[in-house]
Amino acid sequence: MKHPFPFSAIVGQDEMKQAMILTAIDPSIGGVLVFGERGTGKSTAVRALAGLLPPISVVKDCPVNCAQPEDCPDWAVINEISTHDVPTPVIDLPLGASEDRVTGALDIEKALTKGEKAFQPGLLAQANRGYLYIDEVNLLEDHIVDLLLDVAQSGENVVEREGLSIRHPARFVLVGSGNPEEGELRPQLLDRFGLSVDVVSPTHIEDRVDVIKRRDSYDNDHSAFMLRWQAEDAALRDRIVTARQTLKDLKTPDSALRTVAELCINLGSDGLRGELTLLKAARAFAAFRNDTVLTTAHIRATAALALRHRLRRDPLDEAGSGARVDRIVAETLDA
Amino acid sequence: MTPWQRATMALTLLAIDPQSLGGVVVRARSGPARDALLAGAAKLPMPSVRLHPHMTAQVLDGDIDLSATLSGGTLVKQRGLLDRLPSLFILPMAERIDPYMSARLGQALDAGHSHALLALDEGSEDAQTVPPALSDRTAFHVTLDHVAMADLSAIPLPENLSVLRRSARKVIVPPAVLSDLVTLAVSLGISSLRAPTFALNAAQTHAAWQDRDTLTADDVAIAVALVYAHRATQMPHDDATENTPQDANQDSQPQDQPFSIPKDILLDAIKAVLPPNLLANLDAQTSKRAAGVGSGAKRISNRRGRPLPARTGSKASAARVDLIATLRAAIPWQTLRKNAEPARIGPIFRQSDLRHKCYQTLSDRLLIFTVDASGSAAMARLAEAKGAVELLLSEAYARRDHVALIAFRGTDADLILPPTRSLVQTKKRLAALPGGGGTPLAAGLTAALALAQTTTQKGLTPTIVLLTDGRANVALDGTGNRKLAATDAQLIAKKINAARVEAIVIDTTMRPERALQELAQTMDATYIPLPRADAKGVSAAISTSLGS
Repeated sequence: MKHPFPFSAIVGQDEMKQAMILTAIDPSIGGVLVFGERGTGKSTAVRALAGLLPPISVVKDCPVNCAQPEDCPDWAVINEISTHDVPTPVIDLPLGASEDRVTGALDIEKALTKGEKAFQPGLLAQANRGYLYIDEVNLLEDHIVDLLLDVAQSGENVVEREGLSIRHPARFVLVGSGNPEEGELRPQLLDRFGLSVDVVSPTHIEDRVDVIKRRDSYDNDHSAFMLRWQAEDAALRDRIVTARQTLKDLKTPDSALRTVAELCINLGSDGLRGELTLLKAARAFAAFRNDTVLTTAHIRATAALALRHRLRRDPLDEAGSGARVDRIVAETLDA
Repeated sequence: MTPWQRATMALTLLAIDPQSLGGVVVRARSGPARDALLAGAAKLPMPSVRLHPHMTAQVLDGDIDLSATLSGGTLVKQRGLLDRLPSLFILPMAERIDPYMSARLGQALDAGHSHALLALDEGSEDAQTVPPALSDRTAFHVTLDHVAMADLSAIPLPENLSVLRRSARKVIVPPAVLSDLVTLAVSLGISSLRAPTFALNAAQTHAAWQDRDTLTADDVAIAVALVYAHRATQMPHDDATENTPQDANQDSQPQDQPFSIPKDILLDAIKAVLPPNLLANLDAQTSKRAAGVGSGAKRISNRRGRPLPARTGSKASAARVDLIATLRAAIPWQTLRKNAEPARIGPIFRQSDLRHKCYQTLSDRLLIFTVDASGSAAMARLAEAKGAVELLLSEAYARRDHVALIAFRGTDADLILPPTRSLVQTKKRLAALPGGGGTPLAAGLTAALALAQTTTQKGLTPTIVLLTDGRANVALDGTGNRKLAATDAQLIAKKINAARVEAIVIDTTMRPERALQELAQTMDATYIPLPRADAKGVSAAISTSLGS
């Protein structure tokens, strides 16, 4: 299989790219939801993300990608206690995935042939410390959504079934994409996504021509194309790694906290999750810009990303009330 | 190009480069024309796999082969249909594919495994089509509806397909062609960026086939005809006319319409008042009525819902094996089986021991909004009816119901919105719903009943929500005859009752209409006169309460 389309080669869609970079800098922001029409490069961007992320160090044989041997769950069989670097996992959750496949289940092979009770880890285990990608997330079956909600909140996957009682860490960044015309997303799941982006096709003819050109040379002149863009991806990756360091020393003045709170109150967004996410996103954005202090400019730049899906919305209102957020941001910050 | 030439061309190009063209959607009933096309497709240089629109995830993605595992004592996995070498997937009855499978197929086409899709769309009505997720990922669309036997000819595929494929990628593209393709796509209202890519690839492939090394206008014209024609959502128009559409309308309207009332009026929805929890209260009735009918609100599911005792079942089903129940069923036989097969280690299972998990779930509900958009209703309370539909929609949203929208006016009824869960779309279509013309109540009810019956087959539980003033004046045959219209409406109402479809009638007249109450009784429907609450009254009430 070919390398995925390089992240930096995606034309336009700056908001979507920015959202993904922010979660790469601070995974605790809690994921990205990308909603938009067909053929706007949603899934391309997510698949490209894998090539952009710095590798992580994991214990060999650890089924849940733990960094330290002592973190490994007790049911895992660890033969060799040593760590090695692997690419950040980006796990696809296919639509038709069964509950067993997602949470993990009794290892049927061992149960039937050896009569042993063993646990076979599922997708949530594989996605630990990485990304979990759900394409067409609005078509996901409700019972799988329930599972995800629970795990995404607690960061731990608890399996209590078929006589198994297993728990393991499952902290992952949830990335979902979908087409709003095909169905709505449950508000509970919507809220679990840290950032949300609405993508539309590029409106300029030149941009569209660029898309077609790059796609064509990706298909037909693969190696030269990859060579050209992988360098840019690498530069971006370095920036992300630097930003992770900058983030640790970033100063957050009280005035910024106050601004964030004020903004969320004026928007009437439910709960404190919005405030926390906005703060984290703004901090990650400041770090990405290599600034040392969080300012209003950073908050302004990330407000729509973090808040547009959290408004107590009239379910009949057009999805993604970005315009409303922008208006209130302007009112609050310029007052 | 005749339709058959078009089909031949599409298949030839697909044979040369199936990877970058994705596939073809064929809209045709089964018949000689389709058979001839399939015979041509069989000659494509890749294995073909026949799918079925209701295949389960296990069949598509592969799963444990339980019976082989049990008899062999070692794990045997079954390979999924999608997990194989580059293949041509032939999907008959593509219009009936369920959303999960279409999403999964779309992913498989996207994943770069070089698969191609031949979707056979057998839809009988315009509303029944291949889901856009699939048609967007295939380059071509071919209709074989009016192909005569005489037109058919065998499809000659070029001999040197792989040579042609390699040279197709090297065909030189003049820079102007790219921007032409993109501009044309925009002016035809095609927003997906897959379309220009497909058009470019198709043009290159065609050039290679014609033994050219540079694209010519001919190649581009054929590619555009094959790729853009079915995707277009608007006719391209010149900028000159675009600037002055309003003036043109104003000029032409008085000539067309001598009356002072314009034919189509667009009204915004305004606030309406309905009894609270109308849909929730309906629930009790629904289950009562549905008891004893095959398509009830309750059904057995194998994936979710309230657990029921495990059952024996076929191994091919998507159901989960209930291991504990299976073990329990197998244990009493172990001594006997061990004696028969002393060499085997561990417990010995037979196919007959398998128990599957069963759940009971409520089937999804579908609300079919059947809205009277006739002149009489529009003048009176169409805006309020829209408001009422919106109120019900937000209730439907909270309950995760599906909704569909049928509007009747003039001489017949239109399915404005096929069943969907997307409220964004419903709201858009509702807002754009114009009013005007006669009241073909019977036609509206017929359309609602037909939709209710087809969706019942798909496992939904439909409810018809009829909003009308009941002043039927257009009969089923389209003639303006008040008496006949009323008789027709009663007739269809009887049919709806006989089909045991749940219904609500919302009366939008100024004061309750006697005839409509009778109609509701015939349908055995809940009758609700829409209470009077115009926007002005509501805002006045609010301001008084705020002021006091």
